Amino acid sequence: MKRLLLYLVLILGAVMFTYPFLWMVSATFAPEQEISKLLLLPSKFVWTSYQQVFAKIPILRALLNSMLVASAITLSVIVLASMVGYALSRYRFKGQNLLFYIIIFTMTLPFQITLIPQYIMMVKFGWVDSYLALIVPYMINAFAIILFRQHFMTIPQDLIDAARIDGCGELRILFRILMPNSIPAVVTVGIITFMTAWNEVLWPLIVIRDQEMMTMPQLVALFVVGGRAESQLGVKLAAATLLAMPIVLAYFFFQRYFIQSMASSGLKE
Amino acid sequence: MTNKLTPYLFISPYVIFFLTFIAFPVIFSVVLMFHKWNIIAPMEFAGLTNFVRLIHDPMFFRSLLNTVIFLVIHIPLQIIIALFFAELLNQNIRLRGFFRGAYFLPVVVSGVVITILWQQLMGFDSGLINRLLVRLGLGKVGWLVDPAIAMPSIALIATWKNVGLYIVLFLAGLQSVPPYYYEAADIDGATHWQKFRYITLPAINPTIFMVLVLSTIGGFSLFIEPYILTGGGPLNSTLSTVLYIYKEGFFFYHMGYAATLGIVYAFMILLVIAIQRRFVEKEV
Repeated sequence: MKRLLLYLVLILGAVMFTYPFLWMVSATFAPEQEISKLLLLPSKFVWTSYQQVFAKIPILRALLNSMLVASAITLSVIVLASMVGYALSRYRFKGQNLLFYIIIFTMTLPFQITLIPQYIMMVKFGWVDSYLALIVPYMINAFAIILFRQHFMTIPQDLIDAARIDGCGELRILFRILMPNSIPAVVTVGIITFMTAWNEVLWPLIVIRDQEMMTMPQLVALFVVGGRAESQLGVKLAAATLLAMPIVLAYFFFQRYFIQSMASSGLKE
Repeated sequence: MTNKLTPYLFISPYVIFFLTFIAFPVIFSVVLMFHKWNIIAPMEFAGLTNFVRLIHDPMFFRSLLNTVIFLVIHIPLQIIIALFFAELLNQNIRLRGFFRGAYFLPVVVSGVVITILWQQLMGFDSGLINRLLVRLGLGKVGWLVDPAIAMPSIALIATWKNVGLYIVLFLAGLQSVPPYYYEAADIDGATHWQKFRYITLPAINPTIFMVLVLSTIGGFSLFIEPYILTGGGPLNSTLSTVLYIYKEGFFFYHMGYAATLGIVYAFMILLVIAIQRRFVEKEV
């Protein structure tokens, strides 16, 4: 009896967190007048909501923009942050402790303090409405450096010494010896960086005004706010569904890694 | 054998990044604080006028109050719901992975999607929730149009979105408690409450602090929900401070004043987190 109740509450929870998404997806296929009554299945499936989204906004272009920006950021963070993490974990050099404290400190620095000046810098660099504004300020971050540092410290020094005796250069040691032995750290940094970059919306709203250059969340947000969706529920929800799809698909296949990565990012805070 | 310069080459990406995108902007912010500037015209020295304006700015204080309302609802709700489901998942159950995966789903989905979705669910006339309430013979609720309810509604949405992450964090905390602690307590005849108070709570104290800090930072960064749902209305009841800074900076181009708001607000955030750290370390 007690176990039955336990499962009942657990299932209720699962419904609470997933049902709204199911409703959203089925609403995008329903005829407009049925959406608000709809419980789960529309009387007939129609594509008009999606057709309208594609006709009204360059959503495929935005998808490509987002893919490009998030991938470039992720690749750059993995390469650059692992270099810094390597130096911090395997070298002794002047200013090392200072650097470490600066990195820790920047993790707690609220972004509100740099928002306005960073925007002005983008204007002065002439980067407004370009990929540079979306990518460059995110190319490395403190969290990834710390994570790589912690992970590299667990790798035996013998491995590195052996590689040095074989005449490996430092970059080779990092990318051929340390990185292949740090796959969990790479996966964690990769998932978190990609997701954060993909979901970022405040910064694109500030530095991108040209519709062709907009990221996907930005374009969808402006579409809904700006009135071009003309208060048609189905069209708004279709745009939202398209925006959700890439990450939800990735989550579906790599669920365990998503959860582990995000949980560990919290733990390091 | 290795060159003395090597470590400096390796850290150079971060040093360049730090100087360009953190140190310089922070200093620049302080300079802006004493100026009036719309980016196009030349910068104009303004002394303390930005400060004076801030101290007398009812919108700024309104936005702070809104943030406090958000946090006061969001944080306790977050912790209680997360602990509740973490406890359930920590029982000996089947399909734990499935349930955890379901609760976590809203965490990975973009806030824009979540907001659009709840905008439809919470609509006044055609929203699903109000239709359900009417069918049950209850009245409609002005989820997003009633000034007294709009901010609590946003806090509910944010809780729904984020709680999955905290369930996973609490679950990890609970699983780190060695089972023989509870067995020993059982032998001594401890009650449920005593076990929770003296074994579970101290064990998950670091997690509680983390949840507190993470959801405080999240609350102080509130932007996209009011931006999409209400634009800060009705009657400024959902104007978050970040939304206010955004409007001052990027609608009115008051760069000096927006930077002042940013600095003061950032200091407030750091102060609140420092106080929380104190409080939680003393507690338990």
